[in-house]
Formats: sequence, structure tokens, C-alpha cells
Amino acid sequence: MSRADVVQAGAGRRPNPLWTLGLLRSELVTTVRRWRTLALLGVLAAVPVLVGIAVKIETRGGGPAGGGGEGPAFISQITNNGLFLVFTALAATLPFFLPMAVGVVAGDAVAGEAGAGTLRYLLVAPAGRTRLLLTKYATVLAFCLLATLVVAVSALLVGALLFPLGELTTISGTRISFAEGLGRAVLIALVVAASLVGVAALGLFVSTLTNSGIAAMATTVGLLITVQIVDQIPQLHALQPYLFSHYWLSFADLMRDPVYWDDLVRNLGLQGLYAAVFGAAAWARFTAKDINA
Amino acid sequence: MAPYESDDAVGAARDEYPRSGRRKAARYAVPVAVVGVAAATIGLVPALADSGDPDLPRISAQQLIEKIAKSDVQQLSGTVKVSTDLGLPDLGGLEDGLMSGSGRGGSGDGSSADPKAKLTELVSGTHTLRVAADGPDRQKLSLLESGAEYSLIHDGKDVWGYDSKSNQVFHSTGSASGKDRDAEPPATPKDFADQALKSVDDTTSVTVDGTAHVAGRDAYKLLIRPKQSGTTVGAISIAVDARTGMPLKFTLTPRSGGAAVLDAGFTQVSFARPAASTFDFTPPKGAKVTEEKDAAGAREHTPEHGGDFAGGLEGKDGLKVLGKGWTSVATFDTGAKGGVPTGSQGGELGGFLGSLGDPVSGRFGKGTVFSTRLVNALITDDGKVYAGTVTKDALVKAADAGK
Repeated sequence: MSRADVVQAGAGRRPNPLWTLGLLRSELVTTVRRWRTLALLGVLAAVPVLVGIAVKIETRGGGPAGGGGEGPAFISQITNNGLFLVFTALAATLPFFLPMAVGVVAGDAVAGEAGAGTLRYLLVAPAGRTRLLLTKYATVLAFCLLATLVVAVSALLVGALLFPLGELTTISGTRISFAEGLGRAVLIALVVAASLVGVAALGLFVSTLTNSGIAAMATTVGLLITVQIVDQIPQLHALQPYLFSHYWLSFADLMRDPVYWDDLVRNLGLQGLYAAVFGAAAWARFTAKDINA
Repeated sequence: MAPYESDDAVGAARDEYPRSGRRKAARYAVPVAVVGVAAATIGLVPALADSGDPDLPRISAQQLIEKIAKSDVQQLSGTVKVSTDLGLPDLGGLEDGLMSGSGRGGSGDGSSADPKAKLTELVSGTHTLRVAADGPDRQKLSLLESGAEYSLIHDGKDVWGYDSKSNQVFHSTGSASGKDRDAEPPATPKDFADQALKSVDDTTSVTVDGTAHVAGRDAYKLLIRPKQSGTTVGAISIAVDARTGMPLKFTLTPRSGGAAVLDAGFTQVSFARPAASTFDFTPPKGAKVTEEKDAAGAREHTPEHGGDFAGGLEGKDGLKVLGKGWTSVATFDTGAKGGVPTGSQGGELGGFLGSLGDPVSGRFGKGTVFSTRLVNALITDDGKVYAGTVTKDALVKAADAGK
């Protein structure tokens, strides 16, 4: 068989499924290598360090932390068990830092390429718009997980360095072993990452609407802030169960014994709904869009 | 050439596929359809789950009350949702301040884990509780908060209160525990039902009002209605588990209509024995532990709440009850002349409270009526207080008669 035959056969074939993985890999590497992304991850890693040092200084004299119930969830337990720093750090970053970082990456996903004039080159490759969009979304979701893990691992390291570890008391007052506590910490990190799925889909949709990466990021982060404010207004309580941020702090229910699943399930369902609605809207927009930049 | 003449290129493409614009617009039907399916699911699933009351053998009201009395559930665990809507103005932080103040009064550094101080929070809003019980000696009641939990654990002779938010522990031991249990504020549907059934007498009509599904169990609905006019209580509905006779849901609606004043019901219940570890408690390292004797002073000053229906107030110091049944009015003398605390006594708060009440006058003199959707209270200018689940007119009448 001649060389030419092989080339011809290859050209007529549908793109190899592995090729999508190659696209995903290159997307992931491009995203993570950006200075902007590294700076965001650096800020996220610094939060647990700040919280840990602040609690250490405050409790140097043996007093309880958190001033009798103020501050992020779990903060008063950190001095007994460093593992609680993981939960406190996630509770502190979930309302703003984490979704902001995700909003920046998601808003940049399509609009950034369009703004830089690289989107049409991506589309020249035989990937198809749907597949490119899915790859972009997968990249943003991978970043959600990465960002959450950066916070969790940084908090675990700081907590292990500054505070004792060992058996821990759940917020229901029962005791669990350190291994089980660690297992719950992993589960909580996964739930927190999944809580960001909705913002990621929203950001991706916004990103397909404009050719300016900055505009998409600003809109996504602006929407995030607006939704958080609306979630605080008691008169709008009828609306609040449908806001993507409403059940975010339900991850703390994993520290109850037995675990209280109701709000956790609602949170995951709501994130799935946001992903479906805005993912479909992003697909409708992106596949019908005139790419001229 | 093409990339820089994109407008032409786009136009050419449109001419080539005249219907592609419509097809592109059709893609937006997908997200719209997803929203539609989601809305339909959210709207229909609870409606479908609710439909169809269970078929249960007929039972008389008397038999049902006996069933409740005979009910002897020793082991259970479940989740209870309690909503209270007394129609109090939303005071926000001020309310919190007043409540914690009243709960901690008497002991300078009251623990935030003191059960009395903590469970006063149940007086307003919606709360989720978890209950677990294994026999008379082991119970647990947890108040679920955002990112925190307050647990009250009764294990043998120990009673522990644990507030995870502030990491504080309250502890009491010994003979007090038995009495303590009775003094615990009512929180479960059974507690409320017991209170309501105590007040069943000839002034009350009791009927069986069909059946219902509560927390996935078949239940009879017991309807209690006061016969007297002049009370603010409209009706009390108690859903009773058909198998065990345990009250599963308690709803108190005011005569004025609208949402229930008090609605406490299981959302999930199991009659299996809870895990033994549920009742084990050791104070976590570093937690501040308050022993009961340290906080004993706080006890006296804590307001009663929740289940005080007709007659429930009797037996308190200096307290008299006028009338009977649902229209009974409790009265006591504060000894303070001048009625409602005014500027001199209560500072800004006094003036603020005054503005919340309605001035009334009658043969008893002058006074101020404070209204909620259930309880009305009249504070006369000579320092007497009349309170009950009665209307404003009935309160004035009682005050006139008591004069």
C-alpha cells in the first residue's frame, strides 16, 4: 500500500475522538499557564493562610476564636482541629472569591478568543462549534475543581502546620475519626466545586454574547454580585430558591451527623438546571453566531 | 480575501441558505424547552405527590384521642419543620438582642449553649429541627442553622447543650434532668398536640377531618375548634399517624384567617432505633463548658413560649386566670405604675414599644393593647397586664370584669 493511500484514508475519516482530548488538553494547558489564572489561584491559596494566621494570633491567649459565633462557619472549631480550617476556608471563599475566579475564566473562554482574533483559527480545525464549546465548558469545570482543591489543600497544609489534628466533633456533637473527617472534607470540596457549575455555565453563555473578554468577565462577576444581593433581600424570598447561590453554604450539612441531604440535593439539582439552561443557550448562540473576529 | 470582507461573506451565506436564519433561531427553543420542563417538574411533582388522601378505616374523634393517649413511641428519629408567624413586626437585630438579653438575664456571662436562651429563637420564623429518641433516658433535639447546629442531648443523667457556632457547651446533671425534660420548651408536633389536647373540654368541638399523607405516612386529621366566640384561635389541626398514634403535624390557624400561626410537622420520620452514637457526647477540646449551677439564675427570667394555650399559664406567681376555656385571660400586676414603660424607664425602646400598641380605654381605666395574630395583651396604666388568645374586645371586657 502506498503512502498516498494512507493519507487519503486518514483525510476521509471522522475526527478521532482522542482528538477532542487533545483539544481539551491544549485548552487546559493554555488556561492554567495564563498569568491571570495563576494570580487568581495564588489569591485563593492565600485566603486559608490569612484565616489560619489570624485565628492563631487571636487565640494565642487561649481564648475562643470567632468572638462567640461571628465570622465564617466553623471558625470557632479551628483551634481544636486544623481540619476545620478546610471548611472555614471554603465557607469564606465560596460566596465571592471562588465564583469570581470562575467567572473570569468562563467569561474569557469564548469572548477572549474572539477579542484576540484567535477564535476563527480554532474553528478552522475540524472540531465543530459544538465540540469546541463543550471543550471550553469542560475546561471551565476543570478550573472549578482546581480552584476548590487549591483552597482545600492550602487550608489543610496551613491547618496541619498551625493546629492539632485528630478526632473531630461534628457540628451535631458526635465524634468521628480523623480519616472519616478527611473523607468528608474531600466530599465537601467536591460539592463546593459542583456548586460552581451554575456560574460557569452562566459565564460561558455571557461569553458567547460578546467579542470582548473584559465585558464578559465584568458581566458575569456583576451578575454574581447582583444575585448575592437579591438573595439577601427578605421581600424577594419567593425568588430566592431559584438563585444559583441560594444553597451554596449547604455544603456544611455534610458535617452534620447524620448528614442532612435536603439542601445538598437541591443545590446540586439547581446547579444542574443552570448548566442545562445556560449551556443550551450558549450552544444556541455559539452555533448560530457569525464569527467575524 | 474572505476574512476581511466578512459582511459580504455573511450575506452570501444567507443567500445560499435562505432558511438557515430560521433554523438558527429554532436552536433557542432548546434552552426555552429546558426551562419549561424544569418549571413543569417543580410545579407538578409536589402536586402529584400530594394527590390522593390515604384510605383508612373510619374512626371517631374519641377513639382518635384515645389512640394519641395510648401511643407509646419509644424510638424515633426524624426531621421537623417548625414555622411560627405571630405577625410580630420584623425587628431584625433588635429582636435578637432582646431575646438573647432575656435569655441571659440574671447571670452575667450566660452561655450561648443554654437551652432556654437558644430555643427562644423558635418563637419566630421557620426552623428545621432534628429529633431522635431511644427510650425515656436518651433524647436528642437539634436546631439546624446555616453552617452550624445547636444540639440538646439527654443521655441518662446528663443533659448537654452544644452550640457549634460558638463552640460552647452547657451541662447539667443529676436529679434535675427529669424535671428539666418537662420544662423543655415544646418543639415537636407531639409536644404541641399534648398541650392542645389538655385544653379540650366542653368549650371545644373535636372532629376527625379526613386523612392525609404526612412525611410519607398515612395519618388521620383531628380538627379542634373552639366553640366560644371572642378567641383568636381559629382551628387546630393535628395529623395523627394511623399506625402508631403519634402526632406528626400540628397546625394552628388564627380566626382572622391567613397563614398558620404555628405549623410544626415531620418532614421525615423513622421509628427505628437511632444509632447509639447519636446520644454520645463529650465536649470537644477547647470548648467552653458552662455547668448548670452557673447559669441557674438565667432560668427564672426566661419567658415561656410556644405551647401556652388556655390555662397553661396557671400556677405562676401572682398570676390569676379569668374565664375558662379558650377565652380565659391571664392577669398579673407588674406593680409598675405608668403602664407601658415610657422614655424614663425604657429609653428609646420604651417609646418604640408604645408606638406599636393601640391605646384603649374602658371602665378599667386606660391602657395599651399589643396585638399579635394569636396573643393579645393589654397593659393598663396602673400596671396590670391582661393577656390571652382572645380578641381585643374580649380583653377589654375581661379587664372591666376584673376591676
